[in-house]
Amino acid sequence: MIMIVDKIYTENMFLYYSGKMALNNISIKIPEKKVTAFIGPSGCGKSTFLRSLNRMNDLIDGVKIEGKIIIDDINIYDKNIDVVNLRKKVGMVFQKSNPFAKSIYENVAYGPKINGISDKKQLDEIVENALRNAAIWDEVKDRLGNSAMGLSGGQQQRLCIARTLAVNPEIVLMDEPASALDPLSTAKIEELIVQLKENYTIVIVTHNMQQAARISDNTAFFYLGELIEYDKTKKIFINPDKKQTEDYITGRFG
Amino acid sequence: MIKSFKKNIKGIVIEGITLASALLIIAIVIIMLTVIIIGGKDQLSWEFLTSFPTDGMTKGGIFPAIYGTALLVIIMSIAAVPFGTITAIYLTEYAKENSIIAKAIRFAVRTLAVIPSIIYGLFGLGFFIKFVGAHIDGAFYGGELKWGQPNLLWASLTMALLTLPVVIVSVEEALKTVPQELRAASLALGATKWQTIQKVVIPGSLSGIMTGTILAVSRGAGEVAPILFTGAAYYLATLPGLGDQFMVLGYHIYVLTTQSANVDQTLPIQFGTTCVLLMLTFILNMTAVILRYRIRKKKTN
Repeated sequence: MIMIVDKIYTENMFLYYSGKMALNNISIKIPEKKVTAFIGPSGCGKSTFLRSLNRMNDLIDGVKIEGKIIIDDINIYDKNIDVVNLRKKVGMVFQKSNPFAKSIYENVAYGPKINGISDKKQLDEIVENALRNAAIWDEVKDRLGNSAMGLSGGQQQRLCIARTLAVNPEIVLMDEPASALDPLSTAKIEELIVQLKENYTIVIVTHNMQQAARISDNTAFFYLGELIEYDKTKKIFINPDKKQTEDYITGRFG
Repeated sequence: MIKSFKKNIKGIVIEGITLASALLIIAIVIIMLTVIIIGGKDQLSWEFLTSFPTDGMTKGGIFPAIYGTALLVIIMSIAAVPFGTITAIYLTEYAKENSIIAKAIRFAVRTLAVIPSIIYGLFGLGFFIKFVGAHIDGAFYGGELKWGQPNLLWASLTMALLTLPVVIVSVEEALKTVPQELRAASLALGATKWQTIQKVVIPGSLSGIMTGTILAVSRGAGEVAPILFTGAAYYLATLPGLGDQFMVLGYHIYVLTTQSANVDQTLPIQFGTTCVLLMLTFILNMTAVILRYRIRKKKTN
């Protein structure tokens, strides 16, 4: 029997933007080494919730969070939590690929370097592994010194995934990572995500319901700041309990 | 019919007036440059640039004024650029957009920018020379007049104050061109805020910081009022140190035109000096424009 461990769980979590409620009483358990997808119409709070999991919302003025968000038995909003260490453990890939205006190599080596790794051999190894894990090594191995800005959109996004993996996180949050990409690049990213769950817990926000259906193990449907339904992806897409979920999935709104 | 005909004439007249005033601007620039270049071109020579004035400043070169101007802007930049950059970093990276402190700093910067330069001169005299300098003399030199008088250091610091708003505003602009997503990317990789500033924000805005510096230097190189009371000298036979008064291009022009025993005789030198000053500021501004253009291009890519 395989034991399923809850990597992340939240309990009665509320989020306010300058006093206005954006997330209403979210309680969810996200299992380790699975792909969990958040779906829902724009503005439903799914990205906001994702960004609460590595405290990127801290960067926005006026955000207040209540309730518990527990990762590996630690409440990440406790006063003594160092967000820097949290973000090393909980990596993030953004909607728009955002490589630094540095070389391909330097992009991937950025994380390890700020963590104090300076040994060239060790860095080389980390960079190669990360690029391999992000399925982009073969495309860039001969031009690691070239600027990352010269890569295509899809390659840039996989480079950003490699950059995140280089820090050796346990959880990778992905905020619509393929929404700006063409179908072929999207397929590559999806394939990659399925491979990554062997070693990482993946939480992905997506607008694309087929994508959620294809790659995720569990799916959470958000609507107007509430978690409406959360279950096995199959169940959500074939036989959801709530009418709102069914309406959204069948395209009746959103 | 007649009514619409009249209206048409009015339109043409208005267009004509706007065009004429626009052309006037071009004419002014052309006349100014032509007069200065024609008047000064025969004067420009290696010797003019590298020798001291002679014969009561009616002959010889302007080397000490060039040297003084260079030292002035270098010391000024050493003071203004780091100070201004650090302030700009605080404003863009640390301060909350609408916090009282950020508003107060921005208000102060705007105010500094509109204070007439002669008032900077008076402030420099009152603060640096009569207050700071005099107290240094009192404390370390037994009251002997050493730092409590006009010199290169006080003039440079006064000029640094004058150019500070230019530096702050242009560095702020430069820092803002670094996309927010790159800061987010760095922070999400577990970088601290300071690491993010050091490794992503500053490298990404270096050319903008350079632009600000050059604009400040170019403003400083041309200003005369702030150094009138704080260190500019009529004539010096030796090159200055930090504690000495110094000759400077802008003030040298003023001296030649108004204080000279024989203004007509110094006319070629006046033109030559004006030419040099103009070229200096022109080159500096062009460099800034080119740098800025390259940043904009990079940003839109």
